[in-house]
Amino acid sequence: MSISPLMELNDIHKSFGNVDALKGVSISINAGECHCLLGDNGAGKSTFIKIMSGVHQPTKGQININGKPIEINNPREAIDVGIATVYQDLALIPLMSVSRNFWLGRELTKKVGPVTLMDFEKCDSILMSEMDKIGIKLRDPSQSIGTLSGGERQTVAIARAVFFGAKILILDEPTSALGVYQTSNVLKTIERVREKGVAVVFISHNVSHALAVGDKFTVLSRGETLGTAKAGEIDFQELQLMMSGNKELSELKK
Amino acid sequence: MSDDIKNNSNLRSNFRTVMLRPDLGAIVGVILVFLFFFLVARDTGMFSLEGSMNWGIVSSQFIIIAVGACLLMIAGEFDLSVGSMIGFAGIVIAVTSVVWGWPVWLSIISAFAISMAIGALIGYITISTNLPSFIVSLAFLYILRGLTIFIAIISTKKTIIGGVTEVAQDDWLAPIFGGEIFTGVFQWLAEQGIIQTFVAGTKAGQPVVSGIPMMMVWALGLIVFAHFLLTKTRFGNWIYASGGDAQAAKHIGVPVNRVKILMFVFTAFCATVFATTQVIEFGSASADRGVLKEFEAIISVVIGGALLTGGYGSVIGAALGAVIFGVVQQGLFFIGVESSLFRVFLGVLLLLAVILNTHVRKLITGAK
Repeated sequence: MSISPLMELNDIHKSFGNVDALKGVSISINAGECHCLLGDNGAGKSTFIKIMSGVHQPTKGQININGKPIEINNPREAIDVGIATVYQDLALIPLMSVSRNFWLGRELTKKVGPVTLMDFEKCDSILMSEMDKIGIKLRDPSQSIGTLSGGERQTVAIARAVFFGAKILILDEPTSALGVYQTSNVLKTIERVREKGVAVVFISHNVSHALAVGDKFTVLSRGETLGTAKAGEIDFQELQLMMSGNKELSELKK
Repeated sequence: MSDDIKNNSNLRSNFRTVMLRPDLGAIVGVILVFLFFFLVARDTGMFSLEGSMNWGIVSSQFIIIAVGACLLMIAGEFDLSVGSMIGFAGIVIAVTSVVWGWPVWLSIISAFAISMAIGALIGYITISTNLPSFIVSLAFLYILRGLTIFIAIISTKKTIIGGVTEVAQDDWLAPIFGGEIFTGVFQWLAEQGIIQTFVAGTKAGQPVVSGIPMMMVWALGLIVFAHFLLTKTRFGNWIYASGGDAQAAKHIGVPVNRVKILMFVFTAFCATVFATTQVIEFGSASADRGVLKEFEAIISVVIGGALLTGGYGSVIGAALGAVIFGVVQQGLFFIGVESSLFRVFLGVLLLLAVILNTHVRKLITGAK
């Protein structure tokens, strides 16, 4: 009995009116693996992750989870099957405190007489220990997200997704707006999450960031998969060339 | 040595926390306003029991509408129809009770139901068209005012409908909006000579202040309710999130549309509370009542430290903003300053508050 991949997407097509954004994309994602999805702007990366996270539905193609075909009709259903997406700029709300952000939508509550209140004490203490685990030193849980650096915000968003039971974590360009130091922190976080057995889908157009953490690399170009390679089978030059030159993986391997 | 540094940074962090309180400006403002009038108007009777009741009631009126506007603004929306809603709800009560002969309690409940349904409609249109609520509610500012005058004219050929006092006499619900509480306490205090009594006229022997008006009770009740809802419950967390970044909140699964529509309903509720207390107090409804109230509510909220862009603010701040409003308006009257200067003051205050808030926002979000 072979172990089926955690999530498989086969021959995914997506058209918006006359525009074919995706023309047959296939990847398979395994637990504890960081799968990098590379491609230039307009290659179809964001359409593809929106299909994975339930924002769009494919025009054609099949999605399997644990070997069973499913349909993901909206973001809620994606979350229910363990798919969490951390968007580049839509991750957190800067004016709200770290604690309020972390628990947003899943607030812990307690009953006080006839009313249900947020249990701030519990929320804050769990938050502080979670932040400690991922190496963010918070002054206090009520400081606003806006006071954290871009890298720390990404890290908080990732920690939140994993804490709430994400099995597949989709990261949309988590490092594209960050400096070198912050990028390395986010990459470390990805590593830590992967070790916990979470499947990470890392979307980027930065090849060196992808090579630093990736186990597998899939290159998208003009809505099609150019091929998938494992870490060690491919180097920086080749990936870079594929992204820009649109060459088939098989051609490059010769 | 390192302890020193730590203490120092703790101190700075505490200072920062205080600086970032949304209602700090309003707290300072209230202190300054009271200090000023205490120095200037001490001898005018402004701070006697009777005088305090005067600006207390005016402040309460501002508070009632500011609380609704506050939660709505934090949820990221505006309602410019508040003033028209006040006029509309008042006329609904007067027409149904005086002209149609409904019992007053039924008129009041109907006014609440209709206003809140219109609030929901404004919210629904805003959400479903994706238009700024500024424009949608501006449309309702005109629609409701026009309807109010139309209803008053076709049913009575007048824009002022009186006679509510007579029909409300034995009503069970009307006193909840127009009555007073603790009247016994005030009577007793007067008998003890602690508070003054009227010396002449029909009220001779009665205390100058006969009780706490329900208007004040409503104001206090709404502050407590809204502050609690906003800061202590999960729904409050959703209000912040809906105004802070609606898209991000939706992605996380917050029912942003429901939150926003409910806040429009709550604003309409507050406007109707205001309208009802006025109708019961004056015994009449006027089709032009509530003009400019929407802006007074919004100004109170902004003075209270809320950001016009949503996601940040405080109910306590908005209430204090309303108190500044009430104290200054009545205070200028006490010291005999030309009342038109009140508007000049307001404009200046609004400008200062917005500049301060923008600065605070930069501090919180770390934006340059």
